[in-house]
Amino acid sequence: MERRDVVIVGGGPAGLSAALRLSQLGIGSVSVLEREPSAGGIPRHCGHLGFGWQSHRRIWTGPQFAARLRHDVEGLDVRTAHTVLGIDGDRLEVQNTDGVFELTAARILLATGTRETPRAPRFVGGTRPSGVMTTGALQAHVYLHHHKPFSRPVIIGSEWVAFSALLTCRHMGIRPVMMIEARDRISAPWPGGLAAGLLFGVRVRTRTRLVAISGRDQVDAVELECDGRTERIPCDGVILSGEFVPEASLLANRPDVMLAGNVHGAVKTSGLCWREGREAAERIARGEA
Amino acid sequence: MAKIFDVAVIGGGVVGLAILRRFAMAGLDCVLLERGNDILSGASKGNSALLHTGFDAPPGSLELACMQAGHAEYLAIRERLNLPLVRSGALVVAWSEAERDRLGAIIDQAHANGVADVRPVSPEELGRMEPNLSPGATGAVLVPGEHIIDPWSVPLAYAHQALAHGAEILRRAEVTGGEFAAGLWTLSSLAGPVRARLVINAAGNFGDRVETILRPSPFTIHPRRGQFVVFDKPAAHLVSAIILPVPTERTKGVVLFRTAFGNLAIGPTAEDVDEREVAATDTQTLNRLRERALAMLPALEGVGVNAVYAGLRPATQFKDYVIEAVVPERWITVAGIRSTGLTAALGIARHVEGLYARHFGELPSPPAPIWTPVPNLTEGLPRPYMQGGEIVCHCEWVTRAEINAALAGPLAAGGLDGLKRRTRAMMGRCQGFNCAAHVEAIFREAQRGAP
Repeated sequence: MERRDVVIVGGGPAGLSAALRLSQLGIGSVSVLEREPSAGGIPRHCGHLGFGWQSHRRIWTGPQFAARLRHDVEGLDVRTAHTVLGIDGDRLEVQNTDGVFELTAARILLATGTRETPRAPRFVGGTRPSGVMTTGALQAHVYLHHHKPFSRPVIIGSEWVAFSALLTCRHMGIRPVMMIEARDRISAPWPGGLAAGLLFGVRVRTRTRLVAISGRDQVDAVELECDGRTERIPCDGVILSGEFVPEASLLANRPDVMLAGNVHGAVKTSGLCWREGREAAERIARGEA
Repeated sequence: MAKIFDVAVIGGGVVGLAILRRFAMAGLDCVLLERGNDILSGASKGNSALLHTGFDAPPGSLELACMQAGHAEYLAIRERLNLPLVRSGALVVAWSEAERDRLGAIIDQAHANGVADVRPVSPEELGRMEPNLSPGATGAVLVPGEHIIDPWSVPLAYAHQALAHGAEILRRAEVTGGEFAAGLWTLSSLAGPVRARLVINAAGNFGDRVETILRPSPFTIHPRRGQFVVFDKPAAHLVSAIILPVPTERTKGVVLFRTAFGNLAIGPTAEDVDEREVAATDTQTLNRLRERALAMLPALEGVGVNAVYAGLRPATQFKDYVIEAVVPERWITVAGIRSTGLTAALGIARHVEGLYARHFGELPSPPAPIWTPVPNLTEGLPRPYMQGGEIVCHCEWVTRAEINAALAGPLAAGGLDGLKRRTRAMMGRCQGFNCAAHVEAIFREAQRGAP
């Protein structure tokens, strides 16, 4: 069985920066296992500007940042299209194109990132037409597959990622009908709400909740509730933004692993994830838990 | 339109497909007309995926007979079709003194129905069998023969076996009318006219409307909606058996069950609705279902929800199935098949075959059966990713090869829902956050290449 000093699960900003730092510190055998065909993580499909400042003192688009992260780890052992199926103690069960095999690691760093809460666990009522998706899925449609899944969606939520959804829409000529937020005020820091209105011409409504989605094949309307009153808003899509949950299914057996990036704590920017990966690498190099 | 079929089945749900399989395997020339863009797009898409023994079915009913015949045939053929079986057993759990007092009658009825291995379970034994179950149960009944199956691959396998025996399946083929003349039916459908010597109405939630082609319908469909909540995989090990409530007169009640895919689910509700087309969920009911699951299984706290869904069961004003032959007009009605349809389908098909033989003539001597194993999607049998390949859906470990296979052949997925049901892609905890754009791009590509 192959044995590595460190295995990093996840090749996004946190995982790749950890790999880079470990190699700079001269730690022996380090492997990154990335399940997607290409490393770089979520920034790969964030086509707008705003990436790279904390790590490289540059401002790039997400795909440019992802490309730079891949460039940084050139020559290191980054294995794409490798899916970790499970972790048991120091053993990782890994799938790749040839089959399933095991790998052991003295240290395991989990950098598997996060995802937005999809429709089902939000218990939104109504039918199940197409055109309902998270920001992440929208970005993959738009930036990776050049596909326009709808033209007049409603955006649910107002965390920073909702503004990423707005930028993604604008890139594709999609014109959101409205952005709604269940709380009293928008979640992203000022001047997010102002930006939504002024830059994108999108109405922002707070204290408004998504009750149900209607439509047979494609979304045809949403039912919103505000101060006890319900209202039907015609639209052809719903973007469910934010409410991030860690991609932590590999923690099911409570393995003794270290975490870096968005797999733990509140959701962070890619720059902070990158920094956490670097710090995790330094702790590993010092032999800390 | 030159071709004349022996049998035209209306409705591509599990019942219609099992009937199609039966007649095709008997050597008849068969066609099935389905109004949706894919098979299983009506009542059959939202059931609880259980293989029932019939222990609680009305004694002497046709439903009971069909369930027991269906249960037996499923066990006999499943390995040759690569269909799964999770031998979970079921526990009818009483949570009050009043419910406990009704357990004896449940056992008596089970024994009268020929399900001899049904036996009482004390609260202590229940605690040993299901240690995660909330304390407070007053008693239980064990039904060892209740099992868990795959609700979509099972009818898909029936469809493939029918195709292998020469049957045709027409999709987007809603039947809009029909005429019977000189011993021959001419059905008009959105896929064109179809001629057949016999029509079988297995149209599920639209059964009464299809019946009016022949006669004023003697039954009315009152769709009964059932909502479900599906929990993430860490929940599945919390229970072993299917946990049934003590039933009421109206419904079998809300069931807590593992799925063949390694999840835990709760449902269905029983709500009378006017809607036949699409089943909607509502927030309040979903919250209640989750609370009910948590009350029974406190360790569920903190486990995520992967999916919610709703199904429409084609209930009629009658308690039993409505299955009858209208001999002069060469028509067989198969209606009112509710939640037991998945279990009973093979038995219903045998019963309908019997009606045919009695009223419409002997069946030809059947050719040797052709077995058409379907890809396994469940946790109990080997899955393709274990042999390698590119994983596209990372939550359910679905490979590119599986997706390609589901998009090819005579029964290629007719839509994204059909693709999900055939592969489980996008059905996991992220619900497509990671893979939906990729899967849909593959689907669009296949649609462009399709004839």
